[in-house]
Amino acid sequence: MLEITKQELLIARRNMWVATSVALMALFSVVLSLAGSAPTGTLGVNPLIIAVTSITTLSVYFVPLVGLLLSFDAISGEKERGTLALSLTYPLSRAEILLGKFLAHFLVLAFAIGVGLLLVALIAIFKHGGVNMSFIPLLKLFFTSLALGATFLGIGYLVSSMVSQPSVASGLAIVIWLVCVVLYDIALLGALVADNGGFFTKVIFPWLLVANPADAFRLLNMPDITNDVLSSGLNNAGVVTGRLGQIISLFLWPVLALFFAWVALKKVKT
Amino acid sequence: MNALIIEKASKQYNEVKSLDCVSLEIAQGKVLALLGHNGAGKTTLIKMILGLTPLSSGKIDVFGATPGSNTARSFTSYLPENVAFHASLTGREQMRHFAALKGESKKTADELLEKVGLTHAMNRRIGTYSKGMRQRIGLAQALLGRPKLALLDEPTSGLDPISRHEFYDIIKEMSENGTAVIISSHALTEVESRTDKIAILSQGKLVANDSLEILRKSANLPIRFDIKTKAKNNKKIASDLGGKSINGHAIELFCQQDKKIELLEQISSFGNKIDDIDINPPSLEELYRHYSAQKQEGEKC
Repeated sequence: MLEITKQELLIARRNMWVATSVALMALFSVVLSLAGSAPTGTLGVNPLIIAVTSITTLSVYFVPLVGLLLSFDAISGEKERGTLALSLTYPLSRAEILLGKFLAHFLVLAFAIGVGLLLVALIAIFKHGGVNMSFIPLLKLFFTSLALGATFLGIGYLVSSMVSQPSVASGLAIVIWLVCVVLYDIALLGALVADNGGFFTKVIFPWLLVANPADAFRLLNMPDITNDVLSSGLNNAGVVTGRLGQIISLFLWPVLALFFAWVALKKVKT
Repeated sequence: MNALIIEKASKQYNEVKSLDCVSLEIAQGKVLALLGHNGAGKTTLIKMILGLTPLSSGKIDVFGATPGSNTARSFTSYLPENVAFHASLTGREQMRHFAALKGESKKTADELLEKVGLTHAMNRRIGTYSKGMRQRIGLAQALLGRPKLALLDEPTSGLDPISRHEFYDIIKEMSENGTAVIISSHALTEVESRTDKIAILSQGKLVANDSLEILRKSANLPIRFDIKTKAKNNKKIASDLGGKSINGHAIELFCQQDKKIELLEQISSFGNKIDDIDINPPSLEELYRHYSAQKQEGEKC
């Protein structure tokens, strides 16, 4: 299994995936932490909060995208090239192939996110000095980003196993990304407006919101203060499902996604 | 000892029987050529032996192990048809990866690359390789772990004659080391002298399975004589021998195997009126066509 991981890391490095995702993540983190603190000046309680809030908003779009981009080719590409059949004639199980690839892509993600957030921390220390600064929001952002990324890696493998061409897999991946991080929220918003504070808003909506890993991620990382100010609708949802619901959603998703990817991979005929 | 025993293996996709009651055996150290048209079931059979495709009915036994089991996989190797390795890895990286999966050292990987003649290119990306070079990597990985059974699906398709020759030399060396080798092929003439047994699949049925010698005998195809004569004698000799005159210089004549010597004596009695003779035993193409045409002769389940 680790041999597969090694191989995939090599490919990711060679294909510039590592470089690209690290560069993007670093760029956005730096820009947001420099620009994000400009309007508040030095008055904020914890300057990191501002940066974390901006980066959370960005990560909701960016992390799932990178996850899907890393994973859509993983199985379908090997199917098309004929190397999947060959790999399966080696003493290697399908679960090992999947987990090996997952581990490699997960490490790439972790590296990219880690570098980005490290830069955020360094910039904050440089600008405000390390005193009175809590790095917990940053750590929370790191681990929740990883869970979010892992979910979309798993979804990417699932799609990749179900289709036979990488081009189809990439198209589907983009559609899934669009639905999960953009259309889902718009649809919920539309429903909220139509419902006008009724049963849907109070009971169903919070659960639907938290069921989407991207929204659970957003809720978890939005600090409570800004939560009130920025999103009175989300606040209500946060109360009903609670932190626990959000955490369960965010960390159950990667497990489920990987499990279904494994089921799909088992059904692949070579 | 038999490396592989296939008993009445069948594969049915929906209504179509892509493999119908095929029984086949191959002994250690032997080379078997698996011939057939496109879609005759060659690749299906190979994938069944590898455990990639489940059988609809029948049984396959690889040195006593079930196809696809870890035991069977550990001593079986495979060269897929049209395999394309990851373009951004170098030949050496790809080979070392496969070696690690088979529990072989990096040194073995390098040695095998040398054996297939890729040492000069092993640090280049596979994306820059020619078809022949990619095929050589495929062969090199099939040599890993000293397999007891090697399944090579169209190994020489798209290769130049010299590369083919080298391929068959390596395959011969494998079989001398005790590996049972199955080669599926379209290129009939090259398997002719290089295989111990020939199995012919036609529409999913096994229509022939024997040594070339025995297949020749039982097909009982005629031997073709091509005789060259002077123009003035051509017609006369043709009618005396019962052959067909071709463009005034040549005669084409067919005879059965057991009449060959008799006919030769008859021809030599013409003395110097004959310029030249070519004797052509039935070619593999003809044999192949003969057996492929016998659709219903396969074993009944």
